[in-house]
Amino acid sequence: MIALLASSWLNTDPTVFVETLLNGLAVGSVYALIALGYTMVYGILKFINFAHSDVVTWGAWVSFTIAAAVAAAIGWTFTGGAARPAPLWLGPTLLVCTMLVCGAIGFAIERLAYKPLRSAPRLNVLITAIGVSLLLQNVGQLQFSFLPGWLKFPFGTQPQSFPQLLPAEPLATVIGVKLYWIDLIGFGTAVSLMVALEWLVYHTKTGRMMRAVSYDVRTAALMGIPVDRIISFTFVLGSMLAAAAGLLYVTKYPGNLLQTADTTWVLLGLKAFVAAVVGGIGNIRGAMLGGFLIGLIELFGARYLDPGLRDVYVFSILILVLLFKPTGLLGSTVREKV
Amino acid sequence: MAEAGAMLEVRDLHVGYGAIRALHGVSISVQKGQIVTLIGCNGAGKSTTLRTISGLLKPTAGSITFEGRSIVGMPPHQIVRLGLAQSPEGRGVFANMTVDENLALGAAIRSDRDGIAADRERCLDLFPRLRERLRQNAGTMSGGEQQMLAMARALMARPKLLLLDEPSLGLAPQLVQTIFSIIREINARGTTILLVEQNATMALEVASYAYVLETGRIAMADSARVLERSDAVRKAYLGVG
Repeated sequence: MIALLASSWLNTDPTVFVETLLNGLAVGSVYALIALGYTMVYGILKFINFAHSDVVTWGAWVSFTIAAAVAAAIGWTFTGGAARPAPLWLGPTLLVCTMLVCGAIGFAIERLAYKPLRSAPRLNVLITAIGVSLLLQNVGQLQFSFLPGWLKFPFGTQPQSFPQLLPAEPLATVIGVKLYWIDLIGFGTAVSLMVALEWLVYHTKTGRMMRAVSYDVRTAALMGIPVDRIISFTFVLGSMLAAAAGLLYVTKYPGNLLQTADTTWVLLGLKAFVAAVVGGIGNIRGAMLGGFLIGLIELFGARYLDPGLRDVYVFSILILVLLFKPTGLLGSTVREKV
Repeated sequence: MAEAGAMLEVRDLHVGYGAIRALHGVSISVQKGQIVTLIGCNGAGKSTTLRTISGLLKPTAGSITFEGRSIVGMPPHQIVRLGLAQSPEGRGVFANMTVDENLALGAAIRSDRDGIAADRERCLDLFPRLRERLRQNAGTMSGGEQQMLAMARALMARPKLLLLDEPSLGLAPQLVQTIFSIIREINARGTTILLVEQNATMALEVASYAYVLETGRIAMADSARVLERSDAVRKAYLGVG
């Protein structure tokens, strides 16, 4: 990694290097937000929630649907030649709304799909997660022709272009490096959410209970901790972060609002999952570190080696970590419970 | 044996793990203010009994009443709220958290800040060793210190009845003495105790009433003074004769 960075610094234009760095951090922050959801659920329930990446997809599409509804209401055009930039308040509004909607979806998924399986073998839960994932992918492409207006196609069967929430021109150019609004605001939003989560988990009573449940469910129950409520809360938190990640992702890549069953989303989720594993699954700080690391490796590899192999770099890192430090960079050795 | 108005009344409890039956009709009664002990060999069903009382396991048959109220089928966190706290076997401290955080988790059901602070002080007076280690991660402490923490943590819920699962397990003899004198002290301050032990000598010494559990059944039940002198108990559990 360091060698790669050093050689890229030496061989090329420094502005390209800095731009790649900023891009990598922006993409990495999206991976980190998604990875947090995988890692928190794994930390508590010890299974991989395969439906998590679909909550990201829904986060993006719910944002789009709300934006389309707002556009219709205020007579604003965001597609085609007459497209105008979004009003400034739209971005924050979408962020809050999509986080609330996806938080509710996360709550429902846990209640309806996973909670009944609490004492079932872990494989059953894993298979259920795949089922929930397929359900979200396909419900997202349904058409409700009996409903009026845009409600007929909440998400639609066609890819869409996401409205431009932030100015496309650079905010500033510092010594030849173009600073874009989306990278700064996206990165800032993601980091703020991570700081808030870190504070919640390590400095509040609820966070302490989450860590207790994650360490040992039975002992936590003996302390009088309402385990089911903490698990629900964890799902809601993870899904809210996923929603934010979905919105930030399509704000950065507005052309990438593909149908909910498109493999782009699966790949996005997989990379974030790799980030969680690389950082040490179950470890919150590890997920953040892993997210940024994967984002940087992907973009530096794409820029300086071969853009066609960007996915290969990410998954190679996974193989390397699994070979040499299977518990992840910040993960501790697994405690076998009797 | 089963007198009216007992604090905890367990009747004809049957519990199984899948196809394996662990308890076949266990009945126990604990009077307010007592120390009652449940002794028996490894695998006799002592921990199973405690886990079922705490709500971690569901019995297939039988009743458990705490202060006149049935607690069978209640989730564990609600049972704690009724005033029944357990210090689990193998201590079960949260190893990656500090001693202070562990104590705070013991009071998870409470929100009376002043009361919690006062009880924390009381616990630290009872276990001075913990005061020196407040900021230390619980996993880095010795077995004896972790045992103290597990007991202190259970006390932080301010229980009416404290369930102790093998507090002397794996501790040096001198530390066992200390732990048992603290158990007496906790009881003297008004907490009723149900003590599960393999160390029958010590358990019978502190308890007023005792049950001997053998392969999921109560084999003997009598006052601890009587059992201490019983030939069968002396042979099987006290290593005498």
